[in-house]
Amino acid sequence: MVLDVNKKKYKVIGTRPIRHDGYDKVTGRAQYGADLKLPGMLIGAVLRSPHAHARIKNLDTTDAEKMDGVFAVMTAKDLPRLTDAERGNSEESGSEKHLSENVMAFDKVLYKGHVVAAVAAKDQNTALEAVKKIKVEYQILKSVTNVDQAMAPGAPILLEDFSGDHLGKKVRKTNIAAHVRHNVGDVDAAFKKAELIIEKEVNMQTVHQGYIEPHNATAVWDEEDRIKVWTSTQGAFDVRDSVSKVLGLGVSRIRVTPMEIGGGFGGKIPIYLEPIAAVLSKKSRRPVKAMMNRTDVFDATGPGPGGKVKVKIGIDSKGKMLAAYADIRLEAGGYPEAFIEAAAKCVFSCYEIPSMRIDAYDVLVNKASSAPYRAPASPQVAFATETVVDEICLQKKFDPIDFRLMNVATKGTRTALGPKYRTIGLQECLEAAKNSDQWKSRLDSKPSSGKKRGRGIASGYWFNIGFKSSVNLALNSDGIVSLTEGSTDIGGTRASIAMQAAEVLGIPAENIRPTVVDTDSIGHTDVTGGSRTTYATGYAAYKAAYKLIDEIIEKAALKWDINKNDVEYSDGVIKSKTDSALTMTIQEIASDSPGGPIVSSASVDLEEAGGGFAVHIVDLEIDEETGKTDVVNYTAIQDVGKAIHPSYVEGQMQGGAAQGIGWALNEEYFMSDDGVMLNSSYLDYRMPISLDLPMINTIIVEVPSEEHPFGVRGVGEPPIVPPIPAIGNAITNALGLRLLSTPMKPSRIIEALKKEN
Amino acid sequence: MHQFNYYAPETIKDAISVLDKHGDRARCLAGGTDVLVQVRGERFELDALVDVKNIPELTQSVWTDTHFIFGAAAPCYQLYEDSKVCATFPGIIDAASLIGGIQIQSRASLGGNLCNASPSADGICPLIVHNTICEIAGPKGTREILVEDFCKGPGKNVLEKGEFLISLKIPLKSSNFSASYERFIPRNEMDIAVAAVASSVEMDQGIISKCRVALAAVGPIPIYAKEASNIIIGKEPSEQNIKLVAQKAQEIASPISDMRGTIDHRKDLIEVLTRRTMNKAIERIGA
Amino acid sequence: MNNQGKVKKVAISTTINGEEMEILVDPYISLLETLREIVGITGTKEGCNDGNCGACTVSIDGRIVDSCLVLGVEVEGKKIETVEGMATSEGLHPLQQAFLEEAALQCGICTPGFLVSAKALLDNEPKPSEERIRHWLAGNLCRCTGYDKIVKAVKKASN
Repeated sequence: MVLDVNKKKYKVIGTRPIRHDGYDKVTGRAQYGADLKLPGMLIGAVLRSPHAHARIKNLDTTDAEKMDGVFAVMTAKDLPRLTDAERGNSEESGSEKHLSENVMAFDKVLYKGHVVAAVAAKDQNTALEAVKKIKVEYQILKSVTNVDQAMAPGAPILLEDFSGDHLGKKVRKTNIAAHVRHNVGDVDAAFKKAELIIEKEVNMQTVHQGYIEPHNATAVWDEEDRIKVWTSTQGAFDVRDSVSKVLGLGVSRIRVTPMEIGGGFGGKIPIYLEPIAAVLSKKSRRPVKAMMNRTDVFDATGPGPGGKVKVKIGIDSKGKMLAAYADIRLEAGGYPEAFIEAAAKCVFSCYEIPSMRIDAYDVLVNKASSAPYRAPASPQVAFATETVVDEICLQKKFDPIDFRLMNVATKGTRTALGPKYRTIGLQECLEAAKNSDQWKSRLDSKPSSGKKRGRGIASGYWFNIGFKSSVNLALNSDGIVSLTEGSTDIGGTRASIAMQAAEVLGIPAENIRPTVVDTDSIGHTDVTGGSRTTYATGYAAYKAAYKLIDEIIEKAALKWDINKNDVEYSDGVIKSKTDSALTMTIQEIASDSPGGPIVSSASVDLEEAGGGFAVHIVDLEIDEETGKTDVVNYTAIQDVGKAIHPSYVEGQMQGGAAQGIGWALNEEYFMSDDGVMLNSSYLDYRMPISLDLPMINTIIVEVPSEEHPFGVRGVGEPPIVPPIPAIGNAITNALGLRLLSTPMKPSRIIEALKKEN
Repeated sequence: MHQFNYYAPETIKDAISVLDKHGDRARCLAGGTDVLVQVRGERFELDALVDVKNIPELTQSVWTDTHFIFGAAAPCYQLYEDSKVCATFPGIIDAASLIGGIQIQSRASLGGNLCNASPSADGICPLIVHNTICEIAGPKGTREILVEDFCKGPGKNVLEKGEFLISLKIPLKSSNFSASYERFIPRNEMDIAVAAVASSVEMDQGIISKCRVALAAVGPIPIYAKEASNIIIGKEPSEQNIKLVAQKAQEIASPISDMRGTIDHRKDLIEVLTRRTMNKAIERIGA
Repeated sequence: MNNQGKVKKVAISTTINGEEMEILVDPYISLLETLREIVGITGTKEGCNDGNCGACTVSIDGRIVDSCLVLGVEVEGKKIETVEGMATSEGLHPLQQAFLEEAALQCGICTPGFLVSAKALLDNEPKPSEERIRHWLAGNLCRCTGYDKIVKAVKKASN
């Protein structure tokens, strides 16, 4: 269902063509990273630390080097160790030293699975056997696996050379990589005026993005010191930049070809295997392909941060929010960056609150370095805020939607980080929720199964980044337009980008042939993430299409020997404005265009688009004897600005909801006392299967963004934000008790029920 | 992973010969859904993997006057696609139709599930409550033991050097007998049981004449809960009596806390699942 | 490494997507590895290598299996079907067409596994219910779609 506030009529936008890369994907022809084969290729394998926190005392690779079938062995000594002056200070967050050491540890390992060495051998089994022959002597150190342990006095320090930034002060010997604070208004005074204050703290376990395709990278390092890399990544240019930093080579010496990618959700933004494959290739003089297995993926690739979030909200007697406070502590993993600025940006984003203070802490723990996971940090803070909101509604007997509408963020609302919202669509989403079939349906509270049912609702937000994208267009002699772009396609963006160009050109979507190309073949394009792709790369395609029209008009004018102001273009046809005899199609001009082929190029560097809001409604059924929880009805409502390809927009909404449901009910990193993930397989890291979910209803709301010609907003990330609090609120509605930890698994439900009785 | 050789004998004698030669560096391959994961995970090293699926006795199903005998390597689907097995042994089919998804059920066998001897195995408790017998062959000849005596520890069974499980033999029951198996998992498939119970009941003019209850995932091996089973023999299948069985089963259960469940939750589940499977078994007799 | 010299490759005759072939495989490698590395068809994917995600689903003599849990040497004399065998010179299989029309794929890595699984279902049960479809596909993990459009596509293809 699509609710269009703007009601503009488009020819291609809003239709549902078959995606251009679809045929290759349903026939098995599409080439993902692990499918690549190059002549003479060797297989790379890595040695990983079994310990969560240890010093590397000694590393002996001689036995591996001597093994039959082994062609190269590497350690961190094979990576450049440039001085701090050349490489940026290791004291700083986001330093290249940390990037390099995450790829391969130099003197210390910070999480179980941290790479310490690698080999290249003739086949997979030989490589794995060779890795076993590398001898490492570790001095095991005490480890910390959550924010409480890491922040406690006397906690073992992970990064010994590093200075944390605590509200602008540099602090050494700390696991708090950063402490930031945001202030709006006067929160202390405002709380004093509040008639009711509710405070809740939530505790969340680490989760993984769970993409089905493990990481991979293939590299060739040639005699001219040029490197070719093939990898399944969300950002070919980001890989190029990162590999350049780690290997100490200029970016133009590295060509990255993005292969098809089997899921990312943010987790395939960081690099892992690329520099390793490259160095092994240099040492062996052969192409090298390295792939992770599922255990490696869980142990050593960036998860979504666990942590603790405390939210306190004060309202006046009518229910208007006066003040809000948040204390956010998120796990960064072994190296900094737990997305705390994003957390601060999102925590109160759905509401207009005159006074806010947010303290956010980026905390180092002995786990893999956190990677973005679909709206990073927004689900965590939404759980806290939407729980408090739900509790206020319960205590004051407010309708959950009306209370949210009373305090809804709209255009002009000041956000916690300062800027005011431009046009946004949360209000429209809440109203759509109110009118939805699910919200209006009776919840059968005593169904015949003898289980309890409950309903929950929650809102969520994600901004979408803009940044840089480039697009090239070329008109072929058959009137078909080739479109090349650099945004790797994880969910159908190739199609949505092509559709935007097609809309401008007035030709069918099938008449644009989009290809995702390598870093040598297109201008810089930033990552496929942050919900920017349809927005920014689409915008670049839009601009390139208009430029193509200019070119078409110019060439037609030349051909007809008239002034170009006399020429007009519409829907694939070029005409003279004054002489009706002069008319031709784009095929005709393409096959005979004076002065050269008709091509165009455009690039953008955009600000954030207006941000996307989502409201989800969930009905749960809970077996009070066992704690088993089933989702029986679900509706995802979201303002997408403009749905370019509604099927893929719905797909993002459903996919995000499914991940949020798994996060809420069953997913967690189950850690041993010495910092090892015990459930590092799909057997015990429990993601939803087809039997665990109902059909997921979607309601697409379209409040066009001001920043994009078609009003596009980022779609991919908001839908993972509401499910966790919606489910928490549904459990409260069903059972009359509130869970404040994820996952809200059966044993927790039974424990809570027993405590109540 | 240490490289191993593959053997595909066509007779029991040939299989024994390879197994005896390699001792604990050889294992049988039935469905492969456990052994291949384990050998790749380097739980043990093998020199030989002996595929027993080409030996007729290992996959055939036979009905005699007194027993139903099915091969240890017969895949689960072979049982649940057989309408006579479904009608006669619904309690066994409960397990066979929920071990993993369809892909697993195309290969995994109850015999392999038994030999793997996991405390949370789905197939073992239903076999126990059906008084199932294991037929074993080895260098010293063949022998029979009860399923409930087959496992001796987590992942350990009583097979000796050169021995392997040929088939499982279920004594035929009266029409007043039935059974049920239920496990608790957090999702709706694809999980290892957090706790599970199989119950079988035979009725004689409104009184329970036979009862067997077996518990999974709450001890080092699947437990035949004899004391719980005996409580209700000679009594009516009332709610109160069934509750006594369930409470006793809960006492007998000795779970640990691990990544799949806590002690408390597992104990609670045993009580619930015992009640439910007892009721279901009785309901099936009535039907 | 003990035994390395003694483990020889084994010659296997098998039929893959209708084509008879003879291949030489190490006895300890999986059917998945055999298909991808020895036969060279990469449509079947590895997601977990331990039977928990179904990305490696193929059909052996009409039954779907996780090919990561089958040895290459086991398929002597058997008929294997992978995703590459679904389309014919006449065009896509109705399931493939339905997946495209219903947008039942996002990243596409799980799609070959789902297609092979769903085909086995429809070959045996022409008009399955939603519940039956979800039950049949429980062994195939998808992280992108939430299964909604996959179920709709299978229903569409069954008509």
